[in-house]
Amino acid sequence: MSGIPHDKYEPSTGAEKWVESRLPILSLLHSTLTIPTPKNLNWMWIWGIVLVFCLVLQIVTGIVLVMHYTPDVSLAFASVEHIMRDVNAGWAIRYIHMNGASLFFVAVYLHIFRGLYYGSYKAPREITWIIGMLIYLLMMGTAFMGYVLPWGQMSFWGATVITGLFGAIPGIGESLQTWLLGGPAVDNATLTRFFSLHYLMPFLILGLVIVHVWAFHTTGNNNPTGVPVRTKNIDEVKKDTLPFWPYFVIKDLFALVFILVIFAAIVGFMPNYLGHPDNYIEANALATPAHIVPEWYFLPFYAILRAFTAEVWIVQFAGFITGGIIDAKFFGVMAMFGAIAVMALAPWLDTSSVRSGRYRPQFKIWFWLLAADFILLMWCGAMPAEEPYATISLIASAYWFAYFLVILPVLGVIEKPQDRPETIEEDFNAHYPAEPAE
Amino acid sequence: MTFNRILSAAAALVLAGSATAFAAAGEKEVEDFRFSFEGPFGSFDQDQLQRGLQVYTEICSGCHGLQYVAFRNLEDLGYTDAEVRAYAKNFYVADDGPEALPGDEREALPTDHFPGSTLSNAPDLSLMAKARAGFSGPSGTGINQLLQGMGGPEYIASLLTGYTGEEKEEAGTILYENLAFEGGYISMSPPLYGDDVVFADGTEATLEQEAKDVAAFLMWTAEPKLEARKTAGITAVVFLTLLTVLLYLTNKKLWAPHKHRKADKPAE
Repeated sequence: MSGIPHDKYEPSTGAEKWVESRLPILSLLHSTLTIPTPKNLNWMWIWGIVLVFCLVLQIVTGIVLVMHYTPDVSLAFASVEHIMRDVNAGWAIRYIHMNGASLFFVAVYLHIFRGLYYGSYKAPREITWIIGMLIYLLMMGTAFMGYVLPWGQMSFWGATVITGLFGAIPGIGESLQTWLLGGPAVDNATLTRFFSLHYLMPFLILGLVIVHVWAFHTTGNNNPTGVPVRTKNIDEVKKDTLPFWPYFVIKDLFALVFILVIFAAIVGFMPNYLGHPDNYIEANALATPAHIVPEWYFLPFYAILRAFTAEVWIVQFAGFITGGIIDAKFFGVMAMFGAIAVMALAPWLDTSSVRSGRYRPQFKIWFWLLAADFILLMWCGAMPAEEPYATISLIASAYWFAYFLVILPVLGVIEKPQDRPETIEEDFNAHYPAEPAE
Repeated sequence: MTFNRILSAAAALVLAGSATAFAAAGEKEVEDFRFSFEGPFGSFDQDQLQRGLQVYTEICSGCHGLQYVAFRNLEDLGYTDAEVRAYAKNFYVADDGPEALPGDEREALPTDHFPGSTLSNAPDLSLMAKARAGFSGPSGTGINQLLQGMGGPEYIASLLTGYTGEEKEEAGTILYENLAFEGGYISMSPPLYGDDVVFADGTEATLEQEAKDVAAFLMWTAEPKLEARKTAGITAVVFLTLLTVLLYLTNKKLWAPHKHRKADKPAE
């Protein structure tokens, strides 16, 4: 399925010919695994494999957990403890699943920011980018519902707060929220539907991942220079690329296993590090925790949600011109989803003709500010909703939007990019100069 | 706080040696007691767990339950099947036999779980050591999770030793001042004073000793597979490190012909 000229698969044995003439699956596998890959890819191109690994890990551990878990408000918490205590290696499977979600999000954020820096979202990879954003949204939905299943205090109150967001939508909000929850409040109906959807959505993600891979296998990978692979003929392709197998498979596996060393240390030695202690208290609708904090990977967007309070002028303005239909809560919800929407629109907001940030001196500064902004928002999201965090959140949220809506469009026009290498081969050879002949 | 914990997740692994713990300033005062099960190589001290069980049985169980712990699990503490059977007989559970009437009780068997709390406002203690974070490390980084755990047992021991002796009455209830408790006043009267039990192994039953022993016991009830987890963690880290090295060398060799090309011989 590669759009780049490459060696075609020729079935050699009788069995291969038999299969290939009935279902061209062998040539599909061959072209997928041997796709010409830019040979100058750096270590930020390993996250895709890490993400595929995470998806498989979560599905496999999740299927096993489902064998022992009971989605019922009176039994869910106890069934998780049953997994932790009585199921063979149940503690390992559950801790891996729990921390696997965090690894998944670490990888997806690095993968997204890699794309933002090297302009991977730009033509012709817009569809890859959009599919990626859809996967990210589904991941968030899946993780959110998964966090509800242990039916701890944070599960319950997190679900109450987040589903409450839908209640902020003017007009239909309240009925929508009731429909989502299956009742007036988070209860058994909510738990069972979240359980069902938490099982379904990973397979939707899997489907979208296949489309995501299909899309970038059609356009070919981006690379740190942003310069496309020369595709005039197969010899030129071979100067710029190496086949995915074995070169990138081994490289990615090396990186993956290195990351798994850290992952194993976290699961083995501090598996509850990224969790919240309150989730070891069974859900209680009558006792609200002192601080309701979402999982770390939601914090940046949670901070944006909370940043737009009724005191902010833009919120008041929106309320004024819509006659009060848009209140602070709804504004916050729109801002939160808008923050992801503007990111999804990056291919059309970025006006620069240069793909890679490596050759854009001003872009680099703004990009790293965005990365810092993301971390800052994450920190704000974990802090209580009070000063100075409210003001910091507001400024950080404003920068997030400004980056996509103002900086990216303007920078493309005013910035003077640096010279880029002519070819990927040139870039690679500059890194690895030929050694003197003997 | 959560963010800080993420940042330090990586840092903790790199800078594990430099981590020190202290209570977060201005909040509750949690002392960083030392426990044998802290750190990647930590394991439970079986004698301490047995002493902790004794404190729980003789004092805490009057009000607090351990509903997620089965009596059979006590074999992990070094008791024989007969000892567990005899111990379970001290507890009564709902009779689920074919001829039982509602409300009937029978002596507990090793397969039964400990009863739940008898007092409605006394929380179940099975998971208490994981449901409370005693401290979150230097500047809230939580780094000490790797080396010292998240502080649940420290919190429990601090709470049990944190009574100042002051009390106040609020809406007809007597509240006791406690330095480790959020808000400063707790409705549980001081359960331990020292010499509340006579330890079977002859250890002197000071207040701190009792508090630490029962805290360690509650870490075990919260995480009975802690030792298996740490052993598996070490095995996984060692073997994955080995695999990383092998893959590094494979990768290096695989790419060598492309990264270390010989320049074409100049034409003669």
